[in-house]
Amino acid sequence: MTAVAIAGIGIHPFGRFPDRTVTNMGVAAVRAALADAGIDATDRPGFQAAFCGTAYSGVAAGHKVLGALARTGMPIVDIEAGCASGGAALQLAAGAIRAGQYDTVLVFGMEKMPKGIIRSSFFEPWREEAGLAATPAYFALRAQRLMRERGITKDDLARVVVKNRAHGAHNPDAMYRSETTADTVLGSRVVCEPLHLHMLCSPNEGAAAVVLRRSDLVAGDAVRLDAAVLRSHLPGSVLGEATPLAGIDDTDITPPSTLAAEAAYAEAGIGPDDVGVAEVQDTDAARELLGWEELGLCPPGEQAAILASGDAALGGRRPVNPSGGLLSKGEPLGASALGQVVELTRQLRGTAGARQVEGARVALAHTVGRGANASVTILSR
Amino acid sequence: MTDGLFTDDPPRLLGGRCDTCGHHHFPRLDDCPYCGAATVVDAVLSDHGTLWGWTTVTALPPGALGTVPYGFGVVELPEGLRVITRLALPDDSWTFGQRMRLRIAEIGADEDGVAVATWEFAP
Repeated sequence: MTAVAIAGIGIHPFGRFPDRTVTNMGVAAVRAALADAGIDATDRPGFQAAFCGTAYSGVAAGHKVLGALARTGMPIVDIEAGCASGGAALQLAAGAIRAGQYDTVLVFGMEKMPKGIIRSSFFEPWREEAGLAATPAYFALRAQRLMRERGITKDDLARVVVKNRAHGAHNPDAMYRSETTADTVLGSRVVCEPLHLHMLCSPNEGAAAVVLRRSDLVAGDAVRLDAAVLRSHLPGSVLGEATPLAGIDDTDITPPSTLAAEAAYAEAGIGPDDVGVAEVQDTDAARELLGWEELGLCPPGEQAAILASGDAALGGRRPVNPSGGLLSKGEPLGASALGQVVELTRQLRGTAGARQVEGARVALAHTVGRGANASVTILSR
Repeated sequence: MTDGLFTDDPPRLLGGRCDTCGHHHFPRLDDCPYCGAATVVDAVLSDHGTLWGWTTVTALPPGALGTVPYGFGVVELPEGLRVITRLALPDDSWTFGQRMRLRIAEIGADEDGVAVATWEFAP
């Protein structure tokens, strides 16, 4: 099968940009990715298909971005898969190259999120009226169950934030670029017990883009895309990202992140022990710790010990979220998965600057969110 | 509130039970959400259960009626079903597995001024 390489990456910083439209941000990311791939102004359109991940940008959002760049005519497909929208776009693009359909494909994602608790057409109006569309409350319940079942404390949740914010302090594309302390995290107001404000990522704005190309057409030692997998939920789990109104005993139900990870490891021909650096969805601090075990990066119940050891921090055995994670960057839904790919490509290229993970050869990116959708991407060099 | 979710006298949630796999579900659907069989029959669910998880909502979510704070959590019913529900505060002394009872509570009024009620569990 044809192998796929990362030919170019681009990102528009994640944050709040009142004077920029979502199209502006998408254009900036795509322009940077095309330049990084060596696709210049004379090379038009420069790719044979484009996949755009976004959830809140409206009709034909990808077409607006590429229209603004005068790079159209090829198929442009807009994809909504919640927090995994960018991962879904990546899977479709990689699959098309592997199948021999295209040589070069542009993948991008962008978002301009409303402020505050995310309103989602996912919930029926009566469910909103009844106060049952309280997204942070679902995160809190998941955190409470994880703490109970895995011996995790609020101090551990604060440690996740401290770790990621320390990483994010070195990321110029992050929204929060300052370190924090456990006392500060635990002193921020309680949003939904046990989650304090600083344990929750901020929905925000941004864009990211990746150019994929058949690896035999890329010169030199490029980063390879070894797996790009999207999976959805199996029924039954009351607190799963599918957010049903009821569920059944969930101990035997494989979560979508595990489905995606197992398929991605098989596709890449590796196991979790081979992963040297990872970006794991940290919508809230507990979600990252749940992700560790869902992805096979740690045995269930080992989270607190790994946090205490420093293994998951920069300089540790396997750093998680060297970009600072969503807790530092914020979460522009359609851009978040591709933002992870941008970060990990920089890590594998050795261009991550002060947050460089030394010696990493295999990298894993994970997003999960409403739908439920989970994506796992594996890169190597 | 949408008809068919609950009755208020007596307070009961209206679910379904699948004759093929035996699982209960809520709200009532035509096909079983767990096995897909079209062998669902009506099931009036128990009016009590045990507390499986809880938190407090401190900021009114988009579209919600009424006021904050309010309790929010999961109650496990004897039918083996875990239901997302509002919970009656205060929650200071709650413990996992404690017995909870269903009731119907008015939470506010819609844009026409008509009172809106929903289900909640209380100790």
